[in-house]
Amino acid sequence: MACPPAAHPSPERQPSVKVILASADVQRVVDRIAHQILEKTQGAADTVLLGIPTRGAPLARRLAARISTFEDVDVPVGVLDITLYRDDLRRHATRAVGPTQLPPGGIDGKRVVLVDDVLFSGRTVRAALDALNDVGRPASVQLAVLVDRGHRELPIRADYVGKNIPTALAESVKVTLVETDGADEVRLCGGTR
Amino acid sequence: MIRHLLSGGDLDAGTATEILDTAAEMATVAGREVKKLPALRGRTVVNLFYEDSTRTRISFEAAAKRLSADVINFSAKGSSVTKGESLKDTALTLQAMGADAVVVRHPASGAPHRLANWLDGSVVNAGDGTHEHPTQALLDAYTMRARLGRLAGLHVAIVGDVLHSRVARSNVLLLSTLGAKVTLVGPPTLIPVDWAARAGVGSAATDADPGTDVCYDLDAVLPGVDVVMMLRVQRERMNDSYFPSAREYARRYGLDGPRLRRLPEHAIVMHPGPMNRGMEITPEVADSPRSTIVEQVANGVSVRMAVLYLLLGGNNR
Repeated sequence: MACPPAAHPSPERQPSVKVILASADVQRVVDRIAHQILEKTQGAADTVLLGIPTRGAPLARRLAARISTFEDVDVPVGVLDITLYRDDLRRHATRAVGPTQLPPGGIDGKRVVLVDDVLFSGRTVRAALDALNDVGRPASVQLAVLVDRGHRELPIRADYVGKNIPTALAESVKVTLVETDGADEVRLCGGTR
Repeated sequence: MIRHLLSGGDLDAGTATEILDTAAEMATVAGREVKKLPALRGRTVVNLFYEDSTRTRISFEAAAKRLSADVINFSAKGSSVTKGESLKDTALTLQAMGADAVVVRHPASGAPHRLANWLDGSVVNAGDGTHEHPTQALLDAYTMRARLGRLAGLHVAIVGDVLHSRVARSNVLLLSTLGAKVTLVGPPTLIPVDWAARAGVGSAATDADPGTDVCYDLDAVLPGVDVVMMLRVQRERMNDSYFPSAREYARRYGLDGPRLRRLPEHAIVMHPGPMNRGMEITPEVADSPRSTIVEQVANGVSVRMAVLYLLLGGNNR
C-alpha cells in the first residue's frame, strides 16, 4: 500500500500518516531486542539470526552487531528467502526470488531466531518455518519482530516484539530502514482518524 | 511476464537477467539436504518429445520435479503418433488432461509456435528443428556469467555447423540482447547466407550488423575471444555434403590442444552436447579445466527451474 511521507501535511480527507517510531526510537528498540535475546538465550550461544527479506535481513545484521557490542559474542547471521514457500504465490504475478544465505556453520542443532520487520497475519512466518524445514533442522526456532500489528490469521506469536501497535485492518504499517530506504522510521498510514 | 518461451528473442534484457538471477538461487537447492521447493505443487508439466534427447528431457524433468510439479513424459515412440495422430490432436489430448505447461521438442521448426496457439497453458520450446532452443541459450549465458562474471562486452565465438544449429540461433538472439558480441565461425556452406550477408562477409556486402560477425577462419578469431562455443556437426540433418571430409573439417574447424593454447588465459570452452569427440572437439580440450561442458549440464537444471517458475509460479493470465 502506498504511504505518503510523514512530513507531508495531511489536510482533511487525506489518509492520515502517523510516525510511531522515529529514528532514535528504532535504535532503542533494536537495542532492547538484542538485550532480550541475550537474556532469554543466556548469552546467545549456539544461536543463529535469520532475517526474512527485505527488511528482516538488515534488522538481523543490526541485532547481531548490537549483541556483539553488548556481550562480545559473534552471532552468525543469515538470510532466509520465503518467496517459494508463500501460500499466495498463485494469486499474484510471479514474484522475484530473493537470496537465501545460511551462515557457514549451518543451522542444524542451533537455536534459530527469525527476524522480520512487521508481524501481521503470520503467513510469512509460517512460510519461513516451512523453508527452515527444507534447509536444516534447528534445535529450536524463535521469532523477533520490530512491530506486531495484530490481526493474526494463524496460531503464531513472536518471542521478541519491538513495539505492539494496535491497528485497524484498513491501516498499513510501513517500516523504513537506513539500509533499504535511507532512514529509520515506523509509520502508521491510512484509515480515518 | 511472458507466458511462453519459444525463442531466445522473446526475452528482453530485464526478463533474461531475472531468469539468470532466479537460476542462481535455484542452484543453491542442489546443495541442500532437501532438493525440493514447493513452488509448483499441484501443477502438471508435460514433456512432449518428438525427437530423441537425453540431457534436455532429463534436465526439464529434474527441474519440474525439484519444484514439486507433476511430470508426464511423452515420447513419440510408442505413442499414438505412430498410429498417425496429428500434433494438434495430441496437444488437445494434453490440454484435456490438464497440462499447465508443455515442454516440446519437435523436428519441425515452428512446431512450438503452433502449439502455443492451441493450448491454454504455457509452452516451452525445448528445441524445434534447426530453429531455436532458448533454454540452452539461457544456460549458456548463465554458465558464461558464472565463469566470467559478466555478459555485457563479452566476445563469443560460435563455431561449426551454425546452419543446422538451433543452439546457435537462440544464442545469437539472447547474447546480443544481453550485450555480448557474437562471431559465427564455420565453413561458408554451414553459415546461413543471410547472416553472412548482413555481416558483410562474402559477395553480398550490405549494411553490416555490428552485433554479429561472421568469419570463415577459426585461427584468426581465437586470440580475441572470451568464450568459444563449439557446435556439434549434425550429420542427421545433412542431406548434402557441406564439407569434403570429416578430417578436413576437424583440421580447419576442430578445437584441439594447440588451438586451445592460442586462446586468452581466461577464455572458456563450451559445447551444448552431445559431442563428436575428435570431430569438432578433441578429448584433450573437452576434458580440460577450461571446458564448461559438465557445468553446462548442471546449470541446465537450475535455469530450467527458473524458467518453469517464472512461467508457472504466479498467476500470469
